[in-house]
Amino acid sequence: MLLLIVGAVLAYLLYFLPSYPPVNLISYHKYQQQQKASRQSAILSSSSSVEDATVANHFQDLQLVPLESAPVRHVSKGDLQNRQELLDNELEWALRAPRGGERGGTRSKCSMFTCFDIHRCGAHNGTLSVYIYPIYQWMVDGQLVQQSLSQEFYQFLMSIKKSPYYVPNPNDACIFVPTIDLLNLNKLTVSSEDVLAVLSSLEFWGNAGRNHVLLTMFPGNSPLLSLKTNAIIASAGLFVENYRLGFHVPVISPSPLVLNRASNTSKNAIGENQVRNSHWIAVAPQGAFTFDLLSSNSNDYSILFLDYCHNKDGTKMRNYSVRCSKYHQMYQYPDVLKEFDFCLVIRDLASPVLWEVMSVGCIPVIVADHQRLPFDEVIDWRRSSVQLYEHQMHQLSSIINSISESRRRRLKKQVKFIFDKYFSSMNQITMTLLTTLKDKVFSHYAMSIHEWNGIEGHGSSYVQPPLFNPIIAPRDSGFTAVILAYERVPSLFTVIQRVSQVPSLVKILVIWNNQLKDPPSLDSWPKVGIPVKIIRTKENKMSNRFIPYDEIETEAVFAVDDDIVMLTVDEMEFGFETWREYPDRIVGFPSRSHVWDNSTRRWKYESEWTSEISMVLTGAAFYHKFWHYAYTNELPRDIRDWVDAKMNCEDIAMNFLVSARTGKSPIKVTPRKKFKCPTCSNNEMLSADSGHMVERTECINRFTEIMGFMPLIPTEFRADPVLFKVDGVPGKLKRYHDMGTL
Amino acid sequence: MRRRPRSPILIIGYITLFLGFLLLLFLWSWQRLPLSDTTLSSLVVTSSRISHQFPDPRTTVEKRKEVDEFYIPESEPYLSVDDLFDYGAQEEKGKKGDGGEPFLDDEMGFSDLHGHGRPVGDDDKKRSGGPCRMETCFNFDRCQITGALKVYVYPLDKFVPISSTYEKILNRIMSSHYYTNDPDEACLFVLSIDTLDRDELSHDYVRNVATRLKKLPYWNNGENHIVFNLYAGTWPSYNETELGFNVGKAILAKASMSVEQFRPNFDISLPLFHPSHPDKGDDLGTAVFNEFPTHKQHVIAFKGKRYVYGIGSETRNSVYHLHNADDVIMVTTCKHGKNWKDMKDERCDEDNKEYDKYDYEVLLQNSTFCLVPRGRRLGSFRFLETLKSGCIPVLLSNGWILPFSEVIDWSACTVMGDERALLQILDIVRSIEPEKIFKIKQQTQIIWNQYLSSVERIVDTTFEIIRDRIQKHSARDLLIWNTAPGALNFDMNFADDIDRFPFHHTGNDNSLRPNFTAIIYVHANAAGPKAVGAYSNSALFRLVKNAGKSKHISKIIVMWNSNRAIPRVWPEVPVPLKIKQATSNTVSQRFLSDEEIETDAIFSLDEEILLSPDEMDFAYSTWKLFPDRLIGYQSRSHYWNEPSEMWHYSSKWTNDYSMILTGASIYHAYYNHLYWIKVPPAALLLVESLQNCEDIVMNFLIVRTTRKTPIKLTWKKIPQDSARSQLSPDRFKQRHTCLNDLAEIYGSMPLRRSNVRLDPVLFRDPVSNLRKKYRQVEVQS
Repeated sequence: MLLLIVGAVLAYLLYFLPSYPPVNLISYHKYQQQQKASRQSAILSSSSSVEDATVANHFQDLQLVPLESAPVRHVSKGDLQNRQELLDNELEWALRAPRGGERGGTRSKCSMFTCFDIHRCGAHNGTLSVYIYPIYQWMVDGQLVQQSLSQEFYQFLMSIKKSPYYVPNPNDACIFVPTIDLLNLNKLTVSSEDVLAVLSSLEFWGNAGRNHVLLTMFPGNSPLLSLKTNAIIASAGLFVENYRLGFHVPVISPSPLVLNRASNTSKNAIGENQVRNSHWIAVAPQGAFTFDLLSSNSNDYSILFLDYCHNKDGTKMRNYSVRCSKYHQMYQYPDVLKEFDFCLVIRDLASPVLWEVMSVGCIPVIVADHQRLPFDEVIDWRRSSVQLYEHQMHQLSSIINSISESRRRRLKKQVKFIFDKYFSSMNQITMTLLTTLKDKVFSHYAMSIHEWNGIEGHGSSYVQPPLFNPIIAPRDSGFTAVILAYERVPSLFTVIQRVSQVPSLVKILVIWNNQLKDPPSLDSWPKVGIPVKIIRTKENKMSNRFIPYDEIETEAVFAVDDDIVMLTVDEMEFGFETWREYPDRIVGFPSRSHVWDNSTRRWKYESEWTSEISMVLTGAAFYHKFWHYAYTNELPRDIRDWVDAKMNCEDIAMNFLVSARTGKSPIKVTPRKKFKCPTCSNNEMLSADSGHMVERTECINRFTEIMGFMPLIPTEFRADPVLFKVDGVPGKLKRYHDMGTL
Repeated sequence: MRRRPRSPILIIGYITLFLGFLLLLFLWSWQRLPLSDTTLSSLVVTSSRISHQFPDPRTTVEKRKEVDEFYIPESEPYLSVDDLFDYGAQEEKGKKGDGGEPFLDDEMGFSDLHGHGRPVGDDDKKRSGGPCRMETCFNFDRCQITGALKVYVYPLDKFVPISSTYEKILNRIMSSHYYTNDPDEACLFVLSIDTLDRDELSHDYVRNVATRLKKLPYWNNGENHIVFNLYAGTWPSYNETELGFNVGKAILAKASMSVEQFRPNFDISLPLFHPSHPDKGDDLGTAVFNEFPTHKQHVIAFKGKRYVYGIGSETRNSVYHLHNADDVIMVTTCKHGKNWKDMKDERCDEDNKEYDKYDYEVLLQNSTFCLVPRGRRLGSFRFLETLKSGCIPVLLSNGWILPFSEVIDWSACTVMGDERALLQILDIVRSIEPEKIFKIKQQTQIIWNQYLSSVERIVDTTFEIIRDRIQKHSARDLLIWNTAPGALNFDMNFADDIDRFPFHHTGNDNSLRPNFTAIIYVHANAAGPKAVGAYSNSALFRLVKNAGKSKHISKIIVMWNSNRAIPRVWPEVPVPLKIKQATSNTVSQRFLSDEEIETDAIFSLDEEILLSPDEMDFAYSTWKLFPDRLIGYQSRSHYWNEPSEMWHYSSKWTNDYSMILTGASIYHAYYNHLYWIKVPPAALLLVESLQNCEDIVMNFLIVRTTRKTPIKLTWKKIPQDSARSQLSPDRFKQRHTCLNDLAEIYGSMPLRRSNVRLDPVLFRDPVSNLRKKYRQVEVQS
């Protein structure tokens, strides 16, 4: 006996030693290897029945077998009692600490930092690795722990197995999933102590179940939380009092009624924008909730109280899919909830009512004072529910009635979004749980709240623009001119000379896009006081001008064609100045617009001088360098391919991209409309054949189709210097006086 | 005109219309009927339709077998009808049973809830079940469910001095809209006893706090009190629970809180800030560059003390492993305290030498990431310093509850490291893509500026978090909290939906309510017509007529704040015209905020400034694309006058501007609401006493909210005979004073300059007038 205890203590030490911070380390990899080695030796010495687990590289995939055909395993409660002393020594118990007092004392000692072995998780390169124990028929002192495994539990196991996180080798695993079905604790034929005996006999349970995850959805009257373990408990209806902050995971319990027929009723059964004119609230029976609680609201016509139905003899009708009103009218459930904007979810989040309510797209009005909402660390319930305190129940109607229609519509949309994305099937709930665990273990790669809850859903089409910090870009850092050149050398040199006089210019980058012809020899280039770099491209692609070249070291890029010779220095400097104030937009000189052609029912490209603009061409425009990156990496592949194939419309594509990502219009600066020569009246109209216009129109329609919407935003303004054409102010007082007219 | 006989078709049409109207009326009334069973008839089940209780899982399994490679054995659902139907009964059983903990808290039985505002019963007993929650330890009856949050501060005891930091906190509260000197009106109570530093060895440590608390008239075991604390515990254990007194039911707003001690949704984790932290102002952070990708000399840097031994020393003692004197700088010194030499280890001398090679401030500017390891306590000044400089904090402080983490999503602006895996840090930071760095870095500036940059912001954030708890049903969501302009600028009492605010609109959405309300301000100083009858050709009437001609006008409100008699006959306009007599005499009355305003845009006009309908429409067209800015025709600027060391106000023609006068401007209706609840009481008093500068205050308000410049439209010659434009020298001088006083009240000069004016696209272009949409804009009156 004594020997056994000593052996166990040794095993314990071996097992947990490596989880302390490394003391003398040369490299992390070496450390990991040591870890692995010591872990294996720990396994060897800590348990007697692990031969199958330690045979190297021969790990069988989990077999989802019916419980009755699974091998039988016996445990005895006596074993557990022998280990009791050890358990008591483990410091990190949550519930061992005295509860009470307003401070709550040291009630949650367990955290990811103290009760979780992070070093098990290093092996898989930043992804979670989850091991599932084989299925056994567990017998505690001769008594079978459970008769069968539920459908949902099998689905849970299968979802893990199908996920990228699953590993068949327990030595690779970061997270361990026992295969006792704890979803409904009432179904267990044994007590929670017996469950603990089973868990403690698991090969990798160690002393208190570090890195193990236990999932429960219907805690009934013997909650898992009363078990003395260090396991992460994922449970529906977790209470604030026994919830370990940042460690346990509150989950949602799905309704088998709806879940198993989910394949038949399609998702779009939920009407997205079905919003009624009045705020109706439905209340279905749930848990220990009694209608008395709503007594102050009982005369409210807008509330439908749904109770269980009763037979004629007064007994409860054992049918979950019907509900009865107080007028004994019978309704299909939960379908009837569809007719309501708001559905009360009260008190007990362990019942599947929240799930049922959300499954039909009803906005949950949650009244559950000391419970954690499902996945509340990552799901923003402020956006997808209305929450009340229990003491506000008497104000229920007035609070619901004060909700504006636009908020109601937004809530509905978000409820649907959250439900479809995270709750709609057992598979999704499992994946949500695994992702939450992944975010806990690899918190440095955790998804942000925006990523979890979606940002597009906010505002009618609100997207987080890439440049969202409202700052005026610094003037000192200046801008880089990026000139796309092919062969027009004289005009290229003119452009270089002109641009180089702009005070804020710091560098010129010439993108030589002609593979057949070499750029002019170095000594023939104009001597300007700033660096000029020439980049030769490998292919003649229009997209080459938008590559995020390392040579561009400034935030601001001035994209300019090699034939834009008319811009004055003041115009360019003012363009830069305007960009500084609107650094997330395209700010430039040549403007165009798009118009809806009612006869063809298509968009039309417009280069006439009109009172409206929606594009600023990149033949002469300032924008942030980020857009080069976005063009290369984020623009839909189809659009880029189209541009490269047609050798055209790269400027339109850029306008589509920027407007779509920012929801903002470009800005046209100064009246300038002619760029190539004083006599060219409208470059595009005259220079090109009519085919050019047709092609540009084609581009607009194609891009709109690919993006799924028309992102361009028409505006009726242009930017001018403050004193532009102000009568009576002498030119020398004007900071930008050399402004062209057309 | 020829009269046509009524054709039979027309009559049939009339009848159809009438029937349609009846149908509509019927539908309308049906919608208004009380909800009865018959209205949901489509879902009513007839007894013959009742079928199975749960679907037979075997049928679904059969189907699945064909498509899935994974075979799932047939089995029952996890929940049975019995489980759910008998749930309540089981719970009762569970309560009485003795196996394990009862699932429901005994003391929180349902019986407590009947008809009462809050649970009744023996409070202390109730709380024995767990740590404080708002529901158990907070008295909601003291607070309004909508409306303002009021805070009472106990009178200062002149015999017990308070630290300068605590003084800053109290000053902020007392100069804000939160403050009330009536304890009966207060929702929250703040101590005048300085509890910030509870380190017994510190000279700011206040003795006998426990007895002092007992003497407070409203203490009541801390109910509805906030206790601020930055340091607890002392050498050597630095135990965060050692406050030296029992906070009871008070909300603890404390720095360096740990996951073990934190009471979720009750306590508030504060950032640790330095005594020199600015008390107010608008620090935007120092990351003014937004280059992509980030080019910094160092990937990650750390320069700081290490403790050699004792609590919190391990991490800092091992960071030298990462130092490579190139792109990774990790330098520490053992020097701290007088006796550091007694404790020094073998690395100390070498470390100290390397340490002196680098400058802390320079490192902050020149690295992409900055290590923020724990000190003796979990939080450190370094955290705020790092955020401010736009260096991305890499946290090594296991178990620390990050500041305001109830609402701030720190995963979007920090990298969470783990002290146990220190050596992994380099791999982690090197693997973060440039686009994410670009995002995180900007987010550091947003969060810093909005919630952390001054004592004022920290205190306000604390209160606003509590306000969200009180107004739980309309709490600001995390998207509002974690984007600009942030929750401190959102008052959900104005509207419960984000669409009604000026922020987060994009050019293409139709989320703004169309058209604008014109508010014409008639003020005492204007030299209007003397007699009621003389208005017919007055500027005011012409302005009303012009506004009526605008394509986007929805209502005209005339705000009459003058002793002149109100004319009885007004010009005919196609929209409602309301005349409002000002209720008080202050010039701020023009910023009307009530239900009369049903549009998102307000066109604010002075009676003597005549705008044409085209000018109004062009302004509205531009406003729709910049709904968060102040847009108008008359601009002013400010500049710093070096000799006098004062701000100066200028109405001269300049190349840039920083203010737009509200006499000819369009802006979002929300700002009128914000004016009354967000402008510091001292600034409102200033306006009141001078009867001037209300428009400067509005400029301050909007720029501080959005951090964006106002926008000037075209060039407009304003007739020089109007009283307003031609301010008397005294009134003009007052505006200098205002600028300086406001900068003082706000703690900084928020105004920003713009060089850009927006004109109609073809403004004054030599092209045909037919092409131009807003022709009158070019006509100078």
